[in-house]
Amino acid sequence: MHRLFLKGEVHGTTHLYSGQEAVAVGVCAALTQGDWVAGTYRGHGHALAAGTDPAGLAAEMLGRATGVCGGRAGSMNVIDLEHGLLGCYGIVGAGMGAVLGAALSGRRTGKVAVAFFGDGATNQAYFHESLNFAQVLGLPIVFVCENNLYGEFTPLAASTAGGDIAGRAKAYAMNAEKVDGNDLWAVRDAAAAAVERARGGGGPTLLEALTYRHFGHSKSDPGSYRPPEEVEAWLARDPLVIARERLLADGVPVEHVDAAETSAADTLRRAVEAALAAPYPDPATEAAQEFAA
Amino acid sequence: MSTIDFRTAIRDAIAAEMERDERVVFFGEDVAIAGGVFKATPGLHERFGEERVFDTPISELALSGAAYGAAITGLRPIIEIMFGDFMALPMDALVNQAAKFFYISNEQGTVPLVVRCAVGGGGRFGAIHSQIPGTWFQGVPGLKIVAPSSPGEALGLLRGAIRDENPVIFLEHKRLYSVKGEASPEEVIPIGRARIARAGEDVTIVSIMKGVGDALAAAEDLAAEGISAEVVDLRSLRPLDLDTVLASVAKTNRVLLVEEGPRTGGWSTGLLGAISESGLHDLDDAWILATAEYPIPYSPPLEDAFMPDAAAIAATVRERLGAGVAR
Ligand SMILES: Cc1ncc(C[n+]2csc(CCOP(=O)(O)OP(=O)(O)O)c2C)c(N)n1
Repeated sequence: MHRLFLKGEVHGTTHLYSGQEAVAVGVCAALTQGDWVAGTYRGHGHALAAGTDPAGLAAEMLGRATGVCGGRAGSMNVIDLEHGLLGCYGIVGAGMGAVLGAALSGRRTGKVAVAFFGDGATNQAYFHESLNFAQVLGLPIVFVCENNLYGEFTPLAASTAGGDIAGRAKAYAMNAEKVDGNDLWAVRDAAAAAVERARGGGGPTLLEALTYRHFGHSKSDPGSYRPPEEVEAWLARDPLVIARERLLADGVPVEHVDAAETSAADTLRRAVEAALAAPYPDPATEAAQEFAA
Repeated sequence: MSTIDFRTAIRDAIAAEMERDERVVFFGEDVAIAGGVFKATPGLHERFGEERVFDTPISELALSGAAYGAAITGLRPIIEIMFGDFMALPMDALVNQAAKFFYISNEQGTVPLVVRCAVGGGGRFGAIHSQIPGTWFQGVPGLKIVAPSSPGEALGLLRGAIRDENPVIFLEHKRLYSVKGEASPEEVIPIGRARIARAGEDVTIVSIMKGVGDALAAAEDLAAEGISAEVVDLRSLRPLDLDTVLASVAKTNRVLLVEEGPRTGGWSTGLLGAISESGLHDLDDAWILATAEYPIPYSPPLEDAFMPDAAAIAATVRERLGAGVAR
C-alpha cells in the first residue's frame, strides 16, 4: 500500500498498520462468527483480521467499483457488515460509540463487540463517555487501545495526563490489562479472557496493547520526530518476526511457516493486481439514493 | 379518533410501535423511571421492562453513538435528547456516523433510529434551553428532520419515524406538550409530505410545529377581515416537500414563511430560494417572519417580543397585503 500510495494510486491519505499487526490479529482470533468489530482510519489491519476479502479491501482503498463499499467509503471508512466490521472510523474515538449499540444488540444474542482505537483517542469524550456507559450498563464490549506512543506527531507524554491508559479504567471500576501488543499470543490470550468475560455477562474490559507503527502517521509523514534509537528498538521487535520465531521455536516446520508467508504475500499481490485492473465507479450509472426505502 | 394531549400522543406512538416490533428500544436521560423531564414517557418502563426502556448516564455523545450502533446491528432505537440545545454534543454520532452509513457502506445496511428532543422558546428557559436545532442538521444528506404541529401529527409522524429505515431527528415543541387535539391511534404518517392545514386564496403561510397553530389563529383573524390565508404545515424539514408549497403558491401568489429562529441559515431562507427558483412566475410577493439575529432572551417581555406569534403573523400579512386584496 505504501508503494501504491507513492505512485498515486491510493487517493487522499492513508494510514498504514505496519508494526501493529499482532493486535488486530490477536484480538480477532478470540472472536467468533457474528461478533462485531469497529476499526480506526488505520483500519486495513482491522478489516483483514475481521475477515474482509483482501481484494475487496484493496479495491476500496484504490476507489474502485469492486471495493467492499463500491468506492464510496475509501481507505478511512471501510464497512463490511458481512464480516462484522461495523466500520473503520475516520473520527478519532467514534468506534467506541458504535460498539455501545452493537453490544446492546449483542446482549440479546450472546455476541460481543470490540472497538480498536489509539492512545490519542483516550483523550476524546467518546472514550470517557463510552467507558462509563458500558460499565454502568454491563455491556459485552472489549475496548482495545493500540498504544503506539504517538497521536499523529504528538508523543503520549505530551497529550495524555497520567500516561497510564489501562489505569484510566480503574476510575470506572472496569477490568483492564496492559499487554505486549507485538506478541500475537499475548494479545490473543488477553483478548480471549476479555471476550469470555463479556459473553458471560461479566461486562466490558479495557485492553492496552503496547505497540509501535513502523511508518509515520499518514502518507505525508516521514515520522522524523521519533528518536532513531526508539524506531530501531521497535523495528527489532517486528510482530511478524516475533511470530515467525515463536512458530519455529514451537516446532512448526520451517517449510510450513515459509509457505504461510508466501501464500499471504501472494493473496495480497493478487488483491492489488485485481484492484488495479478494476474499473472506477461510473458517475453516470451510479444509482445513489439519499435514503433507504 | 380521540382527544389527547401532545405528550400522550408521543407516548402512545412509542408504545404502539414497541408493541408491534420487539426490536424497538427506548433510552435516554431520566426517560424510564421518571418518565422524562417533560413527562412524555411515563409507564413505558413498567410496561416493556428494563431491557427495552432504560435510563442512561448524562452522556449525549455515548447514547447517540449507542443508538447508531444499535441501529446498524438490528435494533430500532428511539432516544431522547432532553433539550434540543444539547444536540450540539452528539453531532458526531448523528452527522458523521448515522447520516453517512447507508450511503458509504454501499447500502449494506440501514440506520433505523429516532432522536426525540424538546425544542423551542416561550417557556422562559433562556438562550441555551430554547433553540430549535433542526437547521443545524438540515444540510446533512441522510438525515430526516420531522417537526409535528399537533397531537394527531405527533402520533402519526412518530410512528412513521420509528418505522423509517433512516435516522430521524424528531422535534417536539415545548409549547405543544399540553396542547390537546384529535388523534387517530391507528394512523401512521409517512415522512416527507407537507399538509394543507387550512385552505385559502390570498396568501400562503408556511410554518412548522407551534408556528402552524399561530398561523391558523392568524388566519382566523384575517378571515374576519376578508383576507383568506392558506396554511401549509411542512411537517418535515428534510426531505422538504417543495411541491406542496409550490402548488399552494401557484394558487395564492403570495407566500409568508414563519420561522422560530434566525433567518440567516434558517429553513425559511432556503425554502424561499427554492420557491423563487421554481415558482417565480407565480409570485407576487414573498417574505419571511423570523426571529432576531441574537440568542433568545430570558426575561418574559423580551422573550415574548422575540417570538413570532399569531398577532405578529396577522399584522405582517395585513401590512404586506394592504387594506384590500385584489382578486
Ligand atoms: C475527532 C478527530 N480529531 C482529529 C483527527 C485527526 N487525526 C487523525 S489520526 C489522529 C491521531 C490519533 O492518534 P491515536 O488515537 O493515538 O491513534 P494512532 O494514529 O496512533 O493509531 C488525529 C489527531 C481526527 N481524525 N478526528
